[in-house]
Amino acid sequence: MTHPTDPGRRRFLTRGLLAGGTLMLAGCDRLSRSDAMQRLFSASEGLTQQAHRLLASREALAREYGPDDIAPTFRANGTTMPREVDYLRLAANDFRDWRLEVQGLVERPQAFSLDDLRALPARTQITRHDCVEGWSCIGQWTGAVLGEVLARVGVRDEARFVVFHCADRYHGGDRYYESLDLREAYHPQTLLAYELNGGDLPVANGAPLRLRAERQLGYKMAKYVMRIELVASFAHLGRGRGGYWEDRGYRWWAGI
Amino acid sequence: MRLLGTTPNARRPTVIKRHSAFTRFWHWINVVCLAILLMSGLQIFNAHPALYWGKDSTFEAPSLSIGAMRDEDGSLRGITRIGDFRFDTTGVLGVSGPGTDRERRAFPAWATLPGPRWLAMGRQWHFLAGWLFAPLLAAYLLYLVASGQLRRRLLPRRHEWSRIGHVIGKHLRLRFPRGEEARHYNLLQKLAYLLVLFVVAPLVVLTGLTMSPTMDAAWPWLLDLFGGRQSARTLHFIAAATLLAFFVVHVLLVLVSGVGNNLRSMITGRYALPPDHILPPQKETRDDAPH
Repeated sequence: MTHPTDPGRRRFLTRGLLAGGTLMLAGCDRLSRSDAMQRLFSASEGLTQQAHRLLASREALAREYGPDDIAPTFRANGTTMPREVDYLRLAANDFRDWRLEVQGLVERPQAFSLDDLRALPARTQITRHDCVEGWSCIGQWTGAVLGEVLARVGVRDEARFVVFHCADRYHGGDRYYESLDLREAYHPQTLLAYELNGGDLPVANGAPLRLRAERQLGYKMAKYVMRIELVASFAHLGRGRGGYWEDRGYRWWAGI
Repeated sequence: MRLLGTTPNARRPTVIKRHSAFTRFWHWINVVCLAILLMSGLQIFNAHPALYWGKDSTFEAPSLSIGAMRDEDGSLRGITRIGDFRFDTTGVLGVSGPGTDRERRAFPAWATLPGPRWLAMGRQWHFLAGWLFAPLLAAYLLYLVASGQLRRRLLPRRHEWSRIGHVIGKHLRLRFPRGEEARHYNLLQKLAYLLVLFVVAPLVVLTGLTMSPTMDAAWPWLLDLFGGRQSARTLHFIAAATLLAFFVVHVLLVLVSGVGNNLRSMITGRYALPPDHILPPQKETRDDAPH
């Protein structure tokens, strides 16, 4: 007769539970990847974006905070020290040879040095950074207003997105890149930031230049920006979804 | 025994229509939504298993955190911290999984959707279910108010308050209203439903909205209402836990107060009022004797 604590029976039950759990997880996994669910997720993302468009006007500003709200250290996430040789060479020289290339669907492709960017109309803002993981950090950013940079190069009518190409490879993978649509790109708080909390942008936070798009989640705010490209679609970039994390399953609309 | 089948009509329970079609539809959609929302919510929480109070994260002093540490012998221990208190929660919180293959993970894999570790997809499930849950909740609350059901069925009447001690006592002994008394919700039911429908559920939706930086730009007052992004996140978690607690108690009470009758009322709308007087068995036999 089998006793309830019989090790064989217990092993059988444990294995059964594990197998059942694995099957269920596999089922959820398969369901999540199915075409039907992917279509539903895309529809839900579209709905969220439309709702945001409806509620947050083109100009609605992200909350700005007071100097007392600034976090003692601004948490650095993702890549905090790029290992790419070209980047290290530029960093060794304090980014004096660094140039931001702006190209693609523009009238006058240009390369900006840090001094060129500092000469452009700037903005300083104390804002909250919301990571997709759930934490928040408040910091003060100073940078060139992206809209002013775009005005200098002249955006062509076919352009729909602004793509930010970065120097780092997260975990040694593909080069990091991100994108915004023109509505977010021309938002007054969208900056190419070169200062954090009144000092030069630290390497851990994306030196010499990072994107701040304050109405979006952290993964949009590309660090180590090297090149800006105006495009009509993402098809020729990475896996075609408009960003490093988007290529890995995160949704393009990062307003939530 | 066959005689029992021919009980006089007076003994037959009165069947009333308890729930409208909309209520029943809303109820079952919610079962699915709530399960997805809670499980995918834990998936999202696992990406940063700590809660804070205020505008941003005070990483050194979370209000709650679920983590893991390695013992001297190399084994993993799950540690849950609430304020300054630390609890060993190995096996459930912090560290879980089969004994031979323990993993660092705030909430165990069986509680998270869709897989053990998949933030991007957990978010997709959460938002999809949220798009069903929030508009339907708004529609249902409007319906309750507009149809007069809120006033007729949910708002407590003055005379009920005087019997509150009595009602609580009966509930604690798991004795539920019978006969005509069961035609209406009792005070405890009314208060529980009012609290969940008009306070907790809206709170979970509104705090959820403030998780979105674009919504925060659109409705900054909402963020102020909850005292900042991280307070709102903590409140979102507390409201979700309250919904889960309601869910558990609700299911238990359905089980002990007549699962068949309650389920039928939520499927077809028809609810049989439990017979008023149950006579003690010995008396019943004596009464039945002359038949």
